[in-house]
Amino acid sequence: MRRSLRESSLAYLLLLPALAIFGVFTFYPFLENFRLALYENPPFPGLPSHYVGLSQVGSVLGSTGFHQSLVSTFLFVIMVVPCGLLGGLALAVAAHQKLAGMSIYRTIFSSTVVSSVAVAAVVFGTLMDPVVGLLPWLGINPTPPILSNPTWALPAVALIAIWQFLGLSFIIMTAGLQSLPEEVLEAARLDGAGGWTMFWRITVPLLSPSLFFGVVVGTIYAFQSFGQIDILIGPQNAAFTHTNVLLYYVYNALSVQNNPGLAAVLSIVLFTILLVLTLVQFRFLERRVHYASD
Amino acid sequence: MPPTDLKTPATTRKSHRRSRLILRYVLLTLGAVIVLFPVYVAIVNSLLEPSQIAHQPPPLFPLHPQWNSYSRAWSQGSLGIYLRNSAIQTALIVTGQVATSVLAGFAFAFLAFPFKRTLFITFLATLMIPFEVTVTTNLSTITSLGWFNSYAGLAVPFLATGFGTFLMRQAFLQIPRDLREAAELDGYGRLAFLWRVAIPLARPAIAALAVFSFLSSWNQYLWPLLATGNDNSVRTVQIGLKQLLNTQLDQINVSLAGTVIAVVPLIVLLVIFQKQLVRGLTAGAVK
Repeated sequence: MRRSLRESSLAYLLLLPALAIFGVFTFYPFLENFRLALYENPPFPGLPSHYVGLSQVGSVLGSTGFHQSLVSTFLFVIMVVPCGLLGGLALAVAAHQKLAGMSIYRTIFSSTVVSSVAVAAVVFGTLMDPVVGLLPWLGINPTPPILSNPTWALPAVALIAIWQFLGLSFIIMTAGLQSLPEEVLEAARLDGAGGWTMFWRITVPLLSPSLFFGVVVGTIYAFQSFGQIDILIGPQNAAFTHTNVLLYYVYNALSVQNNPGLAAVLSIVLFTILLVLTLVQFRFLERRVHYASD
Repeated sequence: MPPTDLKTPATTRKSHRRSRLILRYVLLTLGAVIVLFPVYVAIVNSLLEPSQIAHQPPPLFPLHPQWNSYSRAWSQGSLGIYLRNSAIQTALIVTGQVATSVLAGFAFAFLAFPFKRTLFITFLATLMIPFEVTVTTNLSTITSLGWFNSYAGLAVPFLATGFGTFLMRQAFLQIPRDLREAAELDGYGRLAFLWRVAIPLARPAIAALAVFSFLSSWNQYLWPLLATGNDNSVRTVQIGLKQLLNTQLDQINVSLAGTVIAVVPLIVLLVIFQKQLVRGLTAGAVK
């Protein structure tokens, strides 16, 4: 009896640091969103906010700004995820061979995983600059310039996110390819399956768990991107309303407009979208729990 | 198709295989060039005078490299200070995450206690709340604690991780029970077992977690942007780059030099710890 009491106290002691952090910086602020959403902030910062009930939620969800933001976010995700995954898959297939020097290629292909959003933004911002960039030299020079062009600004920042996502996508696809059952591939080869048939009929279906994992991770990554937009476009830009993705909207509500109520409503929307995606990912984790404890 | 293939003379087959090999290397190199091209242009431009960068067509090799852009990024752009701040923030977060994850993971793997399942689910539930949706209140929390624009404000919210705890628990569960019983017979207490047996055996998982948390804290953008002030005292290198770009508009070579400096620690990380990094990044994938 005394032994088990001592064991429990030790366990709680070991869990305490993490629980304290989670309580203060994860669960409390998360729940607080639902309270803040009911309070409206006056247009002048400094004045106290007042209770308005659900009316603020309704007016935010009904606003044009919110709808535009939602459209931009989904367009951004739709551009980033498939391109990033297919690019990573192509690189992974090309590098899936025992050849001399392959480890160097693998390092290069995974390298963009370490690039931060600020680094990628500065590098690509230079390439896309209307004066010093490479694009004007290639004859691609729309007016207004790409990064302030309502049509091209979002695809341009999506391209940056795709490049950044390539490394992670390559790593996930390579791990998937390496876990494919060699016997199945060999059998297909003996049956006379050619390169393309083999790839689409055998490799891709066998790779579907990795592709699925890649879609989930990529989508969450895309929803959480906004640094490229903050660094290269910004709220003063003509293209701003077309690139104001959900997280950037939250950031601006908080730091520019000083409006926690608005930020809270938007956070709840962002959470709901990501929850669905995380639940899918969670199923993967759960399956691994079962494997491990069996 | 394969039967005719078998009939072809060995020499043609050999040269066929050879040309396929060459084609493969050409494709791989093309991929590498596409991936690295933006970085290459950034490095070249960082070594050019601003007037040369604007020259069309742009020079693709710095014939007379101007290294002073690096010293200017370091001193005028305060890159030295930003790097120090990032290093401190990252060191605090990596140490904290590894410590809290090892302790909690050990409790979940080896100890029996009431509400174990509920608590484990609580830990996993944090994976469903992305940090982005907690910033509104976290900002006012650290402000009221007096931590705005401080290392504590930058690091404390990240000192625990559900993912890390899960990873460590899984690693500890791999340790055979016999080993634990043997340790008990040898008179090891639970903490001695953790320190002398479990941690050394779980070293690969700890390394994967440390590398993963290094990468994510070094590259943080949203939180340092919100939680630091304009005086640069704790501002991290990512925000520093944004600042550098905004203040040195006419000197793009200096911004790019700063970017190269900021990315060097991560290139080192990638080259040395590639295996651990891959392990950490694919930990959630199905096997």
